[in-house]
Amino acid sequence: MSANAPILALRGVNKSFGPIDVLHDINLEVRAGEVLCLLGDNGAGKSTLIRILSGVHQPTSGTIEMDGQSVGFPTPRAAADKGIATVHQFGGTFPLMSIGRSFFVGVEPTKGWGPFKTYDRKKANEIAVKAVQDFGITRIDDGDRLVGGLSGGERQSLAIARAVHFGARVLILDEPTAALGVKQAAHVLRIVNEAKRRGLAVIFITHQVMHAMAVGDHFAVLIRGAVAADFKKGEKTREQITDLMAGGETMADLEATIEGYMASHDGHPPPPSH
Amino acid sequence: MPKSTDRHTHAFSVGHLARRPEAGSLVGLVLVYAFFAIMGGAVFIGAPGWSSWLNIAAEVGIVALPVGLLMIAGELDISVGSVIPASQMTAAIVSGYFGLPILLGIAAGLGVGLMVGYVNGLLVTRTSIPSLIITIGTMFGVMGFTLGFAVLIAGSTSVFLVPDPVTKLILGTFIGGMFNVSIFWWIAFAAVIFFVLHYAPIGNWIFALGGDRDSARNAGIPTAALTIRLYMLSGFAAAFVGILQLMTYQNAQVATGQSFIFNSIMCVVIGGVILTGGSGSVIGIVIGTATFAIVNQGIFFSGLDPNVGSVIIGALLLAAVLSNDGFRALALKYSTKKG
Repeated sequence: MSANAPILALRGVNKSFGPIDVLHDINLEVRAGEVLCLLGDNGAGKSTLIRILSGVHQPTSGTIEMDGQSVGFPTPRAAADKGIATVHQFGGTFPLMSIGRSFFVGVEPTKGWGPFKTYDRKKANEIAVKAVQDFGITRIDDGDRLVGGLSGGERQSLAIARAVHFGARVLILDEPTAALGVKQAAHVLRIVNEAKRRGLAVIFITHQVMHAMAVGDHFAVLIRGAVAADFKKGEKTREQITDLMAGGETMADLEATIEGYMASHDGHPPPPSH
Repeated sequence: MPKSTDRHTHAFSVGHLARRPEAGSLVGLVLVYAFFAIMGGAVFIGAPGWSSWLNIAAEVGIVALPVGLLMIAGELDISVGSVIPASQMTAAIVSGYFGLPILLGIAAGLGVGLMVGYVNGLLVTRTSIPSLIITIGTMFGVMGFTLGFAVLIAGSTSVFLVPDPVTKLILGTFIGGMFNVSIFWWIAFAAVIFFVLHYAPIGNWIFALGGDRDSARNAGIPTAALTIRLYMLSGFAAAFVGILQLMTYQNAQVATGQSFIFNSIMCVVIGGVILTGGSGSVIGIVIGTATFAIVNQGIFFSGLDPNVGSVIIGALLLAAVLSNDGFRALALKYSTKKG
């Protein structure tokens, strides 16, 4: 292995819940300063894969390697301690808490002595605001603001800045742009690029091919629990990726069917089939 | 009051105050006090009026504070209603019926509260049953045990205990013949819980627990241990109120305490704690308790039909829930200055 060995790798990972096989022989690698895009339609097993990487579920068989060493993540805390941070779709933060307080949940800075240690609001707010601003979100300048008052993109940015501040090496982003508008999504994609520039390994889960292509270095497509394709940036076009995600049924065929129908029905689109 | 730490200087402005969770409760308190001050006249404004509502507020307030913490953490505790009689009956049987030292009786009574809290916490964290149902269950269970053991051991549903003068002075005196010493205990409980919720790091954990339990656990907060501790605190506080009542009235009854279930929850909600958890304040809970007690007692000074009091409390509760939602929306909208 070269200097650019993978930080995190999955080797032949299987996961089944009772008789149901959810993941089948997953092999994936992600390197520092690289964005791995995990693409797949709903139900392809993306969520289960994230839960394995973040210590919520254990693989039924196969190994997880960090820096070439086999590791286990028995709890979410264990994964977090090894530098794996998961940011969920809505930022996983607390809407009614202030930015400073939510940034430091579980690791509150304190001042004072013994049993009279108190939460250091000033310090927490300063660090949190600085961490977010370093990611280019200059609109956040008051640590007392409630998280619930931030936009979706700002919340994602706050969660990513938090993960980076606490020493994450691998950032798992679960559909960070799914619920966002165009501008907000662009915002988050810039943050992803910034995280990559800082040398983090990013696993970006999405079903929006455009967003994946904007930041990805490496792509893996999941279909029914298996890696159906694994390729590098520039090796496939957007249409090819979309076709893969749709499970082999090419988008072009679908479009041709619709156009053919419209041509023979005075320009009306076909009725929904279900 | 913490000072504003950055270049924004709105920390003391009316707008900032209006966004605090207890703002609505404070308005309610002022209105209610003004109403009963007019209706009740000089007697209500004077010492008799103050002692009357403060005595009520102190007892329900000591229970409402930890119940409020639980509600901020997203849980409920109904069992306080039977922990109060269970603790005083235990203390009365140990020290009154068996004649053992009074400290032993008090310790046994408080121990009952801690134990019920521990069981509640364990059931809430180990099962997926809502805490409302679990604590209704333990409420009935504890009630049954209290009645059963009281009759079995003492042969009566009411047991007497005559405390020694020092214990009586600390836990059951009326100062000036009017103000129950429990008022000072209420202030002490409020001060400690205020520190814990708003200044200690663990307060942040309580807010996080109510805001999003899964995220809190992922952030490394021992959510199960924290929940169990909060239930033990509410069990302890309810048991403490049981002891205060025992020392004041020198008689343990198996059927006291049921009114504390709804009253404590109402004090908390009137105090601005949001029902879904994640937001609230100790000052709010204290204000809510005072408001509740003023209506509860003010009605007797006002010459109105006592049933009107219940109507006012019901209306206050609904108004509080509506305004809590309004204040939450306002707080979420708050954004920093543009540019």
